[in-house]
Amino acid sequence: MALTPQDIGRIANLARLELTPLESERMLTQLNGFFDIVEKMRAVDTSGLSPLAHPVAVIQPVALRLRADVASEPDQREANQRSAPAVERGLFLVPKVIE
Amino acid sequence: MSNSSTALHDLSVAELAAQLRERRVSAVETAQHFLARSRAQDALGAYVALNEEATLAQARGADARLAAGTAGPLEGVPIAHKDIFVTRDFPSTAGSKMLAGYQSPFDATVVRKLAEAGAVTLGKLNCDEFAMGSANENSAVAPVGFEAPAPVRNPWDQSRIPGGSSGGSAVAVAARLAPAVTGTDTGGSIRQPASFCGITGIKPTYGRASRYGMIAFASSLDQAGPMARSAEDCALLLSAMCGPDPDRDSTSLDLPAEDFSRSLNDSLDGLRIGIPAEFFGDGLAPDVRAAVDAALQQYTQLGAQLVPIALPRTELSIPVYYIIAPAEASSNLSRFDGVKFGHRAKHYTDLVDMYKKTRAEGFGDEVKRRIMIGTYVLSHGYYDAYYLQAQKIRRMIADDFQQAFAQCDVIAGPVAPTVAWKLGEHGNDPLADYLADIFTLPASLAGLPGMSVPAGFGEGGLPVGLQLIGNYFSEARLLNVAHRLQQATDFHLQRPEGI
Amino acid sequence: MSTPPLIHGYEVVIGFETHAQLATQSKIFSRAPTAFGAEPNTQACAVDLALPGTLPVMNRKAVECAIQLGLALGSHIAPESIFARKNYFYPDLPKGYQISQFEIPVVQGGEVSFYLGDTPKTVRLVRAHLEEDAGKSLHEDFIGQSGIDLNRAGTPLLEIVTEPDMHSSEEAVAYARELHKIVTWIGICDGNMQEGSFRCDANVSVRKPGAPLGTRREIKNLNSFKFMQQAIDYEIRWQIEQIEDGHAIQQATVLFDPDTGETRAMRTKEDAADYRYFPDPDLPPLQIPEQWIEEQRALMAELPRTMAGRFVADYGLPAYDATTLTQSKAMAAYFEATTRGCAQPKLASNWIMGEVSRRLNQGDTGIEASPVSAAQLAALIARIADGTISNNAAKQVFDALWTGESADVDAVIEAKGLKQMNDSGALEKIIDEVVATNADNVAQFRAGKDKAFNALVGQIMKASKGKANPQQVNDLLRAKLAG
Repeated sequence: MALTPQDIGRIANLARLELTPLESERMLTQLNGFFDIVEKMRAVDTSGLSPLAHPVAVIQPVALRLRADVASEPDQREANQRSAPAVERGLFLVPKVIE
Repeated sequence: MSNSSTALHDLSVAELAAQLRERRVSAVETAQHFLARSRAQDALGAYVALNEEATLAQARGADARLAAGTAGPLEGVPIAHKDIFVTRDFPSTAGSKMLAGYQSPFDATVVRKLAEAGAVTLGKLNCDEFAMGSANENSAVAPVGFEAPAPVRNPWDQSRIPGGSSGGSAVAVAARLAPAVTGTDTGGSIRQPASFCGITGIKPTYGRASRYGMIAFASSLDQAGPMARSAEDCALLLSAMCGPDPDRDSTSLDLPAEDFSRSLNDSLDGLRIGIPAEFFGDGLAPDVRAAVDAALQQYTQLGAQLVPIALPRTELSIPVYYIIAPAEASSNLSRFDGVKFGHRAKHYTDLVDMYKKTRAEGFGDEVKRRIMIGTYVLSHGYYDAYYLQAQKIRRMIADDFQQAFAQCDVIAGPVAPTVAWKLGEHGNDPLADYLADIFTLPASLAGLPGMSVPAGFGEGGLPVGLQLIGNYFSEARLLNVAHRLQQATDFHLQRPEGI
Repeated sequence: MSTPPLIHGYEVVIGFETHAQLATQSKIFSRAPTAFGAEPNTQACAVDLALPGTLPVMNRKAVECAIQLGLALGSHIAPESIFARKNYFYPDLPKGYQISQFEIPVVQGGEVSFYLGDTPKTVRLVRAHLEEDAGKSLHEDFIGQSGIDLNRAGTPLLEIVTEPDMHSSEEAVAYARELHKIVTWIGICDGNMQEGSFRCDANVSVRKPGAPLGTRREIKNLNSFKFMQQAIDYEIRWQIEQIEDGHAIQQATVLFDPDTGETRAMRTKEDAADYRYFPDPDLPPLQIPEQWIEEQRALMAELPRTMAGRFVADYGLPAYDATTLTQSKAMAAYFEATTRGCAQPKLASNWIMGEVSRRLNQGDTGIEASPVSAAQLAALIARIADGTISNNAAKQVFDALWTGESADVDAVIEAKGLKQMNDSGALEKIIDEVVATNADNVAQFRAGKDKAFNALVGQIMKASKGKANPQQVNDLLRAKLAG
């Protein structure tokens, strides 16, 4: 199966990436080249297999670790917002969100 | 400077730590020595950030603890971190324009643990953008001493790539700009540059080292590890880096910290080394094959026996890895949207346009490519055929290793099919890079510990690494196997010309 | 169940998705506090802001809340459930994905039972899954821009999803009230709807009876029972009108505007459909061993359903009474205290569901704040039971207690002279007088006219100023006339 220019447009939009026509063209060629080597993989019979949740789970169960319900993070707003592009009165500013 | 300092950069981590403990040299002198070397060698492009003030402040603290007799095992030893780890004292960029000048409010757990062991941070090391690459040609950050992004050069031949994604890390060690450094390995990013630069590097079992503060590329594959000249030095750093991080990383395993140096000198008598036929096929360059074979012969003289094994899905590991890693990356990189931190486009019409332009400007080509692949394989109607299928084959690959380890103790083979290639040689062909990862991907997908150990030199006198793969949690044994080779050979002590 | 009611010949089908904020101290995946109303972004730590390098670590208490809800609703609690990433870009979603549960949720199945009027209803649950809340966008006073506050980001939520089992706005609201009662009763949610702790989305569609399900529209963020009813009623009317006018219903997400009383479609994200769910590689599977479930079961307070059953069994109350009295923990406690004091469960139930509730509703006060304590009501009921006062008299006493005129039941009975005359000597004197002065009635009665007997009783009651015990009067009079 080969991707179409429409696929590239749809994926780029999902990924919120603006691509120039030239980039889209190159991307299409490169992705189709890539998916050629992927075809081998699709032929493999994996029936009855479940995916690994954690690599080490192949030899021992790995369960989610849980933490006690303690609120111990101090307010570090200033440090946390040091690299923010736009902040006013402690709020992150973005172009108007329309609902 | 003290008279021992002339040779400071030739000392191993173990020797340097001893001299510091004996107060024959101070941490400040040591730091200054390596900072000076790093600036003198900035043409190599290894460092992307230095902060002399911060480094010397850390060194003074180390000297105080050395004087007070409260020194840690690495007290005063200068190290440097791959710029994929976030740090308070240095900007953290992940080699991306997206994070130019980013100041993290916290240190990565690995960074903190090494500091607690007494290590002094020299600076941050160049790497491929978000650790995506095999040549370090995908960094968007200007190295120290440069105005614009510049290639990281292999000290053995400056017209060649150092490997990637931990290219700056490998170069810093090979050029004696730091006795030891940190790297990260997702699909071979510690082992391959270590091999190309003639140094030693280990990726531990997935879950050994905390991923907190490692800017995520592929969550189920990323692992931190040390890179140094010898296995002995790697063991010292690895012992300080590992351990559970219950409050910060749910994927870190509940394994107590270990002394990975404990069995370095164990005998190799009766060691069964598995040789996977799939690692020695037509794709393997003759010069690499020759060096690897010689190293294997060396092992038989050390009492080991070579056992043929099969890793039948080695080739499949390329599509499987290049589905899973981009899928996870496409999601992990969604947080770079110009809202909370990092780059935001100057001009845009509305919110969606702001997102699209910000990400188009902030990410480089390879990152965009992988985001596109990852987004596609997770998108509606393709998930089962690609991502789920890849995850299932990943289990098969992990099972293959378990069958192999029924017949052997460690697995050995080449790290990469060739020696380091020329800068720009793979140019606009990303697939060429992908295919060159074939020997490092299987252990990454299985989450197994893997090493690269200097095994000799190939075409053009370029280093060749031997890859050693162990079963889960067998790092101490791997380091022992590597150390015994390094006692019998001196490949790891060779230095590039002019260094 | 009976056939659903029709509106203008249409059957209404409603399903609910409720987001209940869990009563934890810290966020679901970080150790930042969850308290409401803090300064913007002062309770959003590095993890909540998705700063580079941060990772999630699960809050044990949030899982226990899920287990308790599952136990309360008779659901299956999954021994292993999976956290997944729901990927989409939005400024209030710091990571660019929401950590939620997709294929395997922690709570599966179960049901919510309640009364609609006095008809029992049951709504089946599909699932309840754990997820993180998003932040808030503030649109005020930023010209052309929105301000993002991420304090709420990472607050633990249980999203509780029903089957489309409801067929009217009344039934929907009754379901929501019952669910609200349960989550607050077991204490996993503070239920504060103004602060958004309990938010409901209603999926509404209409169809001709027997026709396939109609296209649904989802009304988002209904944060009061009043608006819920208005919004659903408006939506039903709107959909029926559309169809009657020959327009097809388009699937949409709508918001209710309390000012206009109308619903309006939200701007649809064109790619909203493709969330690219996949298991979160940062979080291994959540495992809940049977023994953990049992520990939680042991810790849980008696559930309203269980308690109602006990009221029926132990106190012989009708099911309706039992359910009404278990609307809140406070009312149930008030009833049990009253019953302990007077050993008259049915009378206690009647008074609480009647006079007490009526007065409380007038003053819009909760039973916790009732001016008449359970002890006082018990004393009052005891006096009715032992015949000291009549029901009418009791109402006067209750009024005196309620207004605070007095605090002591017997004192009021004395002061107002409400005691029934039970001393037969005095009563017989009155009866003798009445019989003597009403010879004609007596004669008529003896002639077989029963009406005459009632007339005599009336005379006697009058003469006793209503204090005579009517039963006693009957007995004594019959005896006398028979003599």
